[in-house]
Amino acid sequence: MSSKKEPKQGSARADVTRRGFIRGVGVGGGALGAGVLEREAEAQPAGAQTAGPGPVPVVLSVNGKTHNLTLEPRVTLLDALRDYLDYTGAKNVCDRGVCGACTVLLGGKAVYACSVLAIDAQGKEIQTIESLSAPGAAPHPLINAFVQNDAQQCGFCTPGFVMASKAFLDRNPNPTYEQVKDGLGGNLCRCGTYVGLRKAVLQAAKSMKGARNG
Amino acid sequence: MADAPNYSWPPQEKRRVIGKPTTRLDGFVKSSGRAKYSSDVQRPGMLHGAMLTCPHAHARIKSIDASAAETSKGVMAVVPMAKAGHEVQYAGFQVVAVAAATIDQARDALRKIKVDYEVLPHFVTERDIDKAGPRGKPSGDQVTGDPDQAFKDADVISEGFYGIPVLNHCTLETHGDVIEWKGDQLNYWPSTQSLSSIGGELAKAVAIPATNVHTHMDYMGGGFGSKFTFDRWGLACAQLSQKSGGRAVKLFLDRANDHETAGNRPSYFANIKLGAKKDGTMTVWQSESWATGGVNGISLAPNAIPYIFRGTPNKRLKHISVSINAAEQRAWRAPNNPQFSYLTCTAMDDLAAKLNMDPVEFFYKNLEYASGPPGAEVYRAQLRKAADLAEWNKLWHPRGQSGGGIVVRGLGIGFNAWGGLGHASSCRTKIHPDGSVEVEIGSQDLGTGTRTVIAIVAAETLGLPVRAVKVNIGDNKYPVSGASGGSTTVGGVSASTRKSTMNALVKLFEAAAPALGTTPDQLEAADGKIQVKDTPAKSLTWKAACQKLGARTIEEVVDSNPRNSLGLMSGGAGGAQIADVSVDTETGVVKVNRMVAVQDCGMVVNPTTAESQCYGAMIFSINGALHEERIMDPATGRILNPDMEFYKLSGIGDVGELVVHLNMEPEIDKRGVIGLGEPPVIGGIAAIANAVTNAIGVRPPVVPITPDKVLAALERRKA
Repeated sequence: MSSKKEPKQGSARADVTRRGFIRGVGVGGGALGAGVLEREAEAQPAGAQTAGPGPVPVVLSVNGKTHNLTLEPRVTLLDALRDYLDYTGAKNVCDRGVCGACTVLLGGKAVYACSVLAIDAQGKEIQTIESLSAPGAAPHPLINAFVQNDAQQCGFCTPGFVMASKAFLDRNPNPTYEQVKDGLGGNLCRCGTYVGLRKAVLQAAKSMKGARNG
Repeated sequence: MADAPNYSWPPQEKRRVIGKPTTRLDGFVKSSGRAKYSSDVQRPGMLHGAMLTCPHAHARIKSIDASAAETSKGVMAVVPMAKAGHEVQYAGFQVVAVAAATIDQARDALRKIKVDYEVLPHFVTERDIDKAGPRGKPSGDQVTGDPDQAFKDADVISEGFYGIPVLNHCTLETHGDVIEWKGDQLNYWPSTQSLSSIGGELAKAVAIPATNVHTHMDYMGGGFGSKFTFDRWGLACAQLSQKSGGRAVKLFLDRANDHETAGNRPSYFANIKLGAKKDGTMTVWQSESWATGGVNGISLAPNAIPYIFRGTPNKRLKHISVSINAAEQRAWRAPNNPQFSYLTCTAMDDLAAKLNMDPVEFFYKNLEYASGPPGAEVYRAQLRKAADLAEWNKLWHPRGQSGGGIVVRGLGIGFNAWGGLGHASSCRTKIHPDGSVEVEIGSQDLGTGTRTVIAIVAAETLGLPVRAVKVNIGDNKYPVSGASGGSTTVGGVSASTRKSTMNALVKLFEAAAPALGTTPDQLEAADGKIQVKDTPAKSLTWKAACQKLGARTIEEVVDSNPRNSLGLMSGGAGGAQIADVSVDTETGVVKVNRMVAVQDCGMVVNPTTAESQCYGAMIFSINGALHEERIMDPATGRILNPDMEFYKLSGIGDVGELVVHLNMEPEIDKRGVIGLGEPPVIGGIAAIANAVTNAIGVRPPVVPITPDKVLAALERRKA
């Protein structure tokens, strides 16, 4: 994860030190790993400026709406969305940037929201699954395709897959079956919905293409 | 009402919605991220809980000092979960729970707690039974017939070692809940497979009447057998909420602790010796098996194997239960049956190879030993069908004769058997004067499609479109229904819904009959109308008929159970699966080209979700055969992979073509509804392992068959 992005004017500084960050996330990482990382971080030259550890103002733009929050710099984008803004479509599953259940789009790119700090998500448009079925608007073709192809069972991985699929189709509007298998390799499902998922993404690609041509 | 209505399922050809593919009712809310799981629940002033866990596999707690946590920033409650003197039997055992304003503050507080342990010796690996010593407890020997004589008389003998390791449930939504006290009432949002009973159990633990607990769960993120009880953390969550003055507390396990403590499936290892006649008849089975289910071992009946082929005339069976320092096992989709099937079907496949016999013909012949439903003839037909779909005659070759080349291909077979008789279920149907219909059951939809099944059965009975039925589940204010385990839900809720909606319909007939100038028994519901049976032109629209109720709502509650289910449901499903794999002999990587499942589940209510169950089950099997295992570290006694990075699951690209054939023939259909969650998950691991062995000519004895095991097996073959 990078914490080196330029902070947005008027919002909290995003240049969190590695040390502070590692301390923040270290609990889940196991005592040994965190200790080693922390010592390594101590050896780094400290940044000129630090944010936190106390709460700082954070401005997030989610689905076109601006949210002014006060968050500790260690708060992940996922926790900010879920615990502070009630966007609960993105799920916390592996907590480690592996399974993709927390996938959201940050500046149009798919990211694991569990592995991005909220302060680093400032200044970019954050798009969550909730944006694909805005009240009063037709649901995104991916949602229909997921329903029609039964691409969900328990459904816990599903929002992440839909967002990953959106980012994938935005880049590859006309994918082959093989490309779908490669392109969605960053998400995991436990129930085993991959058969429906593969069909859903291909069907959505077709219907989105139709929409563009129309 | 004079006579009880005829509850029987309509004849296959007359069904309008049962047996027709229907997209799931909750597909949109799930795919749009709007489904609120219990871990998504937000309450005013809600606190976040976290737990301190024991890092040792075996230790005695000498002292706990949580005073610094009490005063840590944001902390509202601290609850000890164990006392000094407690002997901890596995790493990850929860010792203290904390609730704070944020999850990070709760974790900060945990770091300030001091627990002093006396570390004790541990034992965590059971694969080598000779090292188990006193941790292994024999659970009985059984002898049938004369195995010694049978081995003497056998033309061919095959011997081998086989093993299948402990797995984790790895539910994507971890275990946990949100709990909020309101005076002496408790609001409870669990992630559970047992909505109707879990609140009452928690009530007992916190000493309040069961009626004071209000349990609600709309969606849950996977259970697979591991989410039936409120668990130690459920009690801790209730105590944290109580201690913090009734504020809601959300307490879900973190990923690592979930793997450590909240669900694992027993292992199963065996040395197996089989004998057969030249014609392929297996005459004798001898096995010495052992397994662990964690700290309490696992007491499996010695005759659990041979699986399905139980009628084998001569048997000698020994079993040892091994206790290790790991959390207790939990039910895991078809508890222990995948292990039984794996040991049985792999050992038999090796016997077939020794006989130089085509496994299809070998299994076909020995299915005469098949015990219980669905019976040998169903299995034989399934085996033939699966072989057709897998192009067995074209693609199969004798073991190891894959024609050379770096990438070699093979086929393998596995079988399943499961009960799946529906559970007790109560159902309330409401028909309102405005024509709206509600069906209420205290059940839960784990993702299997329960909601949709209930709506389909109600719609079929009432002659309405599926989406005209509002299904209310997931709250303990609805009539009590069984837990979702053992494939018991679809039968249970189908039977209770059928009866309840039928009774309600009879009441509606009574209200509508005068307007149609006939008697209630002459009426039927079809295509959104209430009509006279022989003269459908004489009819009322559904709405017009419901208006005849005046201000009255029909409410019909039915208690259904296996004894009064009148053939609406039954048990005893079976299936055959064939895997087609390619193995790269240089890298050891196994790729599933295709898997075929032929499956019986009685009457199919919704082919869409039934097929999804089978697809998912086959992917479970690919995981179990090739990727998935809990790895224990003998040195530290801890799990090395309590995460999703090294606890491997298939990705979307790791799954080949999956083919499902559901048996829907009249003689299968007439058995009524049979559960499908478990059966198709059972035989696939054996099928894949047999396919790999067929491809490379030598058996990697222990799954998952990771590349290193393929390469080691190939080395053994050369040597």
